[in-house]
Amino acid sequence: MSESTNFYEQAPDAPEIAASFPDLHPPFNKTAALTEANRCLYCFDAPCTAACPTHIDVPRFIKKIASENLEGSARTILDANILGASCARACPVDVLCEGACVMHRYNAQPIAIARLQRFAMDALHESGAPLPFSPGTDTGKSVALIGGGPASLACAAELRRRGIGADIFDARPLPGGLNTYGIAEYKLPLAESLREIDMLSQLGVHFHFNVTVDAKKLAELEASHDAVFLGLGLGAIHKLGIAGEELTGVTNALDYIADYKSGKITSAPERVAIIGAGNTAIDAANAAARLGASEVHMVYRRGPEQMSAFAYEYEHAKQEGVKFLWHTKPVGIGGTDKVEVLHLVKLESSSDGSLVPKSGEDFQLPVDLVILAIGQATHSEFLLENKARLERGRVLIDRATGQTSNPKYFAGGDCTNGGREVVDAVADGKRAGIGIAAWLEGQHANA
Amino acid sequence: MPTLETTFAGIPCINPFWLASAPPTNCGEQVMRAFDEGWGGAVWKTIGEPITNVSSRYSSIDWNGQRMMGLNNIELISDRPIEVNLREIAEVKRRYPKHVVIASLMVESKRHAWHEIVQRAEDAGADGLELNFGCPHGMSERGMGSAVGQVPEYCGQITEWVKEKARTPVIIKLTPNISDIRMPARAAKQAGADALSAINTINSITSIDLDTLEPRPNVDGKSSHGGYCGPAVKPIALNMVQQVMSDPQAALPMSGIGGIGSWQDAAEFILLGAGTVQVCTAVMHYGYRIVEDMADGLLAWMRKKGYESPDDFRGLSLPRVTDWKYLNLNYKIVARIHADKCIGCELCYTACWDGAHQCIHLDRALPEPNTSRTPDMVAAESRSRISTTPIAKLDLNGAGETGPYLTPLSRIPRVDEHECVGCNLCSLVCPVPNCITMERVDEGLVPETWEERVSAGAVTQGSRHSNPNL
Repeated sequence: MSESTNFYEQAPDAPEIAASFPDLHPPFNKTAALTEANRCLYCFDAPCTAACPTHIDVPRFIKKIASENLEGSARTILDANILGASCARACPVDVLCEGACVMHRYNAQPIAIARLQRFAMDALHESGAPLPFSPGTDTGKSVALIGGGPASLACAAELRRRGIGADIFDARPLPGGLNTYGIAEYKLPLAESLREIDMLSQLGVHFHFNVTVDAKKLAELEASHDAVFLGLGLGAIHKLGIAGEELTGVTNALDYIADYKSGKITSAPERVAIIGAGNTAIDAANAAARLGASEVHMVYRRGPEQMSAFAYEYEHAKQEGVKFLWHTKPVGIGGTDKVEVLHLVKLESSSDGSLVPKSGEDFQLPVDLVILAIGQATHSEFLLENKARLERGRVLIDRATGQTSNPKYFAGGDCTNGGREVVDAVADGKRAGIGIAAWLEGQHANA
Repeated sequence: MPTLETTFAGIPCINPFWLASAPPTNCGEQVMRAFDEGWGGAVWKTIGEPITNVSSRYSSIDWNGQRMMGLNNIELISDRPIEVNLREIAEVKRRYPKHVVIASLMVESKRHAWHEIVQRAEDAGADGLELNFGCPHGMSERGMGSAVGQVPEYCGQITEWVKEKARTPVIIKLTPNISDIRMPARAAKQAGADALSAINTINSITSIDLDTLEPRPNVDGKSSHGGYCGPAVKPIALNMVQQVMSDPQAALPMSGIGGIGSWQDAAEFILLGAGTVQVCTAVMHYGYRIVEDMADGLLAWMRKKGYESPDDFRGLSLPRVTDWKYLNLNYKIVARIHADKCIGCELCYTACWDGAHQCIHLDRALPEPNTSRTPDMVAAESRSRISTTPIAKLDLNGAGETGPYLTPLSRIPRVDEHECVGCNLCSLVCPVPNCITMERVDEGLVPETWEERVSAGAVTQGSRHSNPNL
């Protein structure tokens, strides 16, 4: 058990990774930040604030940058989003705050909200100032939070600000979940995620690492705490179910990203194929290219119109030199000791709309590494049997409070929404933290 | 082809653009480079017994990231010997005979001192003289500059002395640091001045360093009130130029000064009666080269308007400035928001509610108009509506809303025209050109002024506290 430790210093030192994954969006210097901040119109009831799942008061924090009140700017951000620093880097802002900016209809140049937010958060970190919030007066209550990702962290922060104890349990040795291990390093370096959690920990969050919570453990935690928050995330990446999947040289995108981010992998072989075309698949493909692969192919059974990756991610992958094999499906992986070749077949739409192999259009792609990125399974079923209601593997919650069908259980993040952005998880966690506090108060009042 | 040539108080000018008496006209080398860039004239940095300057001398006001919206200085008159300045004037006039060189003068308030400096300046070849009765700092403490300009009698006295001697036109430079600028202007005119220039700089403290608590510009931990100029002072200067030029007892050929940096600024001064315009801050900011567009832009505008020379439009706006009591009380305009141009920033909405008359509403997406929703209620509704996560692949027009316009209907404000007083505020804060226009509403009433209402006995006239000086 640890409290308010220095996670930042535990970040693995990987200079090769740092060199290959420089900031995709370099930080603003002070002059650039002030110039950009002054461009903001200061909209009333601003659409950017509405578009942000955590509803950061964007015009307010931007005007505080313009007035050089950087401390106030950071506080405005953190008040709405305790992971404001990582969201500034990891958010798909084109479809969130910046996508909603009225400047699209003015001069087609939306305000660079994310970079301004990063500027304010970097300034706070560089100043060495403490988190601008204090824990609430101790209520004697405590909550067990399962999973140490963004949802649990945001929930824990809300709980601590209300004087409720927060015990976070995570299977990994460091906190942050996908925020630490799963986001492309050129967007959010692993160390930056940890730095932010160090700051959040000043509220007095208790971390329990290397703990796998099974049904038995969950029962214990339920008994020892006043409420349970489930921030489990999703489970393993799906398997293809084809021959050769067990060969050395076949991995999945999440492991691949986590391994390079933590410095376990520092180079890629010549030829890499990624199966899938979501945002995670693109992160893995770009990573392989940056780690030195000379040929990176993404294999997707549909066309570019159907890919779930954001358009700008697709553009980015093309710039990294990634090639795309559309309407193509793997049917087998070949190799003796390790993966050598991917057996592929072209697909076409049949009369009923389903995809069927085109006859005679099968081919082979020589590969040294195959990375699967075809979506994650849920892993809540077995854990929550008879605990809380699920729907298609997702934990069902009341959106406003995060409460599940079992009143003592709250949930948020990927395990409830099927896998979305960090900022969605933060928003879920925040609402659940407030929801738990309200529920506990109600319990107390009724007692 | 229109021309910028004009005549000012008898002085032929190749264009109306003069450099004001200030650092850009400190020496002959500068003035000649300025003439090469296109300036038609220069008023030399004020000549007098050399002074000692301090360091530092300038400070400025930035606004929303733009530098030098206003500039302040505590520099005194020329720190170079009189004979050096006069020698260089002679040299400039020899090389640039068609360009105007005005000698700005300031000596102690003694008749013989003024006679002597006038003689020497004219002997050097100056085309005219500008008497610096406006410098608001340092020199005024020694009984010169604005210490003269603030007392009409002194102003008249020295003008008289100068006119006794001068053979070239005498321009009196007026200080704005006075409650009614017409008073010294009248005194100057009465004493025989040939022309006026206005305004000199305005007394100011630009800012205070919030680390050291020292005012700027900082001279060894202290500062002094300085002269304010630059874009920020233009409206004050335009008002004072108009005040003088609309007053028959004060009006003379006017060289307009104050925040001029573009051809539009120049046109506005000329429309209020200025014969030439003088520029300083904009040149200190961007260099002599700015004159190229001042000339180019003004000529293009003149072509469009059909003016052949600045004389064709000089003073045309003067009759349109009048006392409030002569304004038509039955003229009614209202704001119209053009939904196809609206970007949904809602600045007009918040401005109208907090800064005007609460007649802009966000009710276009509601089943019926609702004028009782306050901004707080709108914001609260907005917050409650978005308690769940928005859809990831948003369209760029807002949270999935559709409507006939690019901006969601719920974000396009509506003007309650019955309540609108036509104040203009919404159209001023709107960032989009022509998105909010002020449209005339004909209420079928004949024009009527306050003065007419008073004359007709319709309203009671309060006691008349008019300016005893006028």
